[in-house]
Amino acid sequence: MTQFQTDVAPVDQAGGEPVIIAKDVEKWYDNGFHVLKGVSLTVYRGEVVVVMGPSGSGKSTFIRTFNALEPYQKGSIEVDGIKLSHDLKNIEAIRREVGMVFQQFNLFPHLTVLQNVTLAPIWVRRWPKAKAQEVAMQLLERVGILEQAHKFPGQLSGGQQQRVAIARSLAMQPKAMLFDEPTSALDPEMVREVLDVMRTLASEGMTMVCVTHEVGFAREVADRVVLMDGGVLVEENTPDAFFNNPQEDRTKKFLSQIL
Amino acid sequence: MTTANPNALSSAPPEVVSAGPVAWMRKNLFSDWFNSLLTVIIAAVLGFGGYRLLTWALSEAQWAVIPNNMGLFMSGTYPSELYWRVWVLLGIMCTLAGLSWGIIARNLSRLFSPAVLTGVAVVCVFFIAFPPTRPSSAILLPMVAIVTIMAWVGRELGRRFKGLGRGISLLWFISYLAALWLVGGGLGFEPVSTNDWGGLVLTLLAAVSGIALCFPLGLLMALGRRSALPLVRWLATAYIEIVRGVPLVAFLFMGQVMIPLFLPEGARPDRVLRAIIALALFSAAYLAENVRAGLQAVPRGQREAAASMGLNTPLTLTLIVLPQALKIAIPAIVGQFISLFQDTTLLAIVGLAELLGIGRSVLANPTYLGRYAEVYLFLGVIYWIFCYAMSLGSRKLEEKLNTDR
Repeated sequence: MTQFQTDVAPVDQAGGEPVIIAKDVEKWYDNGFHVLKGVSLTVYRGEVVVVMGPSGSGKSTFIRTFNALEPYQKGSIEVDGIKLSHDLKNIEAIRREVGMVFQQFNLFPHLTVLQNVTLAPIWVRRWPKAKAQEVAMQLLERVGILEQAHKFPGQLSGGQQQRVAIARSLAMQPKAMLFDEPTSALDPEMVREVLDVMRTLASEGMTMVCVTHEVGFAREVADRVVLMDGGVLVEENTPDAFFNNPQEDRTKKFLSQIL
Repeated sequence: MTTANPNALSSAPPEVVSAGPVAWMRKNLFSDWFNSLLTVIIAAVLGFGGYRLLTWALSEAQWAVIPNNMGLFMSGTYPSELYWRVWVLLGIMCTLAGLSWGIIARNLSRLFSPAVLTGVAVVCVFFIAFPPTRPSSAILLPMVAIVTIMAWVGRELGRRFKGLGRGISLLWFISYLAALWLVGGGLGFEPVSTNDWGGLVLTLLAAVSGIALCFPLGLLMALGRRSALPLVRWLATAYIEIVRGVPLVAFLFMGQVMIPLFLPEGARPDRVLRAIIALALFSAAYLAENVRAGLQAVPRGQREAAASMGLNTPLTLTLIVLPQALKIAIPAIVGQFISLFQDTTLLAIVGLAELLGIGRSVLANPTYLGRYAEVYLFLGVIYWIFCYAMSLGSRKLEEKLNTDR
């Protein structure tokens, strides 16, 4: 397999230190809705955690608290040794180290693919343009978008756009990647190309938290599968046990609905 | 109908024309009895109106009022021994216009297409046949030559060096400062009081200055109105809503009468500057709303994606949000600029001799009593040329910034 990360050596998956520690996270929306009711999750280096659950269960909101895209009211979150607080410096430090891939890609439509990928390294990491472009071109080659580097996002298919979005996040050489339903907005025939990229990434030891409905991906790639429902973490298990021998009734009910 | 609307014919797409004008007319003008009736009625009205206009323009109208007062229309009561400065300014404008045209069109295979050549020829013939004033026709033809030569130079330069677009923008900015210096004097030139600025020169200077001032101001107001800080948001909202509730005329009078009240004797900015500031402050409020609409049209995901990579708020704003918001708002912003350009006519009401004001003083001259139609038609055409040019420029800019195809 090709390497996505250029300077980080692959890490032994078994014995890693925690990268993301979320403890008893509680969140209320402005309208008073209690969306997260004390959710805890620890993600270790090199681990792939898949978060599943019915819509409205708070799973997207939960992983969006990790990089402070969603504020929370109670509990604590620590990412890569940095405690998440209201301090903007802390928030930006965490965001530099954690990549995020969105359901709607969120590529910048006014910039070319290459500019999308080099933007953050140049402006946030302060890399020289030449270095940023070199790294970007390597990443684009690995996600198979090299020929489209000078096109605009609007000229690419959904699958291609999502692969660019992954390359854009990787360009910051993050310690962990968050995937927020990365394949939900894609046409069925494009889901695979995106999952393949994610599989490769996982096999290289990237720490990943994925909110997804892709059971095949979860079975094959995940180290742990987590079920959220109604703002609570219902079950946390190995993929094998989660799909074949779930402990909780709600997991069984959920699986019966999606399988 | 043999006199069928010529405009409609020429705007038909080429593949339809190749099917024959008769077929095209049957399909688009006479598809059923109702459309046929409409076509006949509209053609009759247009034909009659056009005929009346043409007979008036060619036989009844007395056009002498235009060339005899061309100097006034163009530069008002500007001292005639200093006209050369205005001509130098026109020369600079023609040079830059030509260069910009050439650089923008550098990738076209033919710079001087038949249409362009025809246009240049028509302008030349016009200048020779209807010399605005004797000495100036000898200068106007070289100006046309400057534009065409500079277009060629611009194309050659544009093909050889990349990134000249930014340079030409900078030159336009410098030329604006040069224009103020040339027209107003100072720094070694004999100063000319703004009381003597007038005509098209004043109209253009007021419009360009107003646009240059109101754009950054409007941008700040729009950002202020969406600020997270309540005080900033309230102040910006209050400013926008108050200004939008006051007519421009009232605003201009306030500028003329009230600004001096707050300033000590001797520190009064002159009338032209006061009028320009009032115009800019007024337009900024409307522009702010246009920009705000653009800001709101940028999806939230764009900010989130930028934030998730560690970009701070100012960087997110300047690199991600504003470029997209301004692009969305181009038609509305240019519309506001066009309004501002037309609103310069209100400077006449506060006693400044801009183009319309000059027109009225010309009409007050007993020699040209009753020549309303000729003068106002001429002024209308001048305003139309500039407004249409802005509108055309905005469409080109939109095409250029379109990244979906």
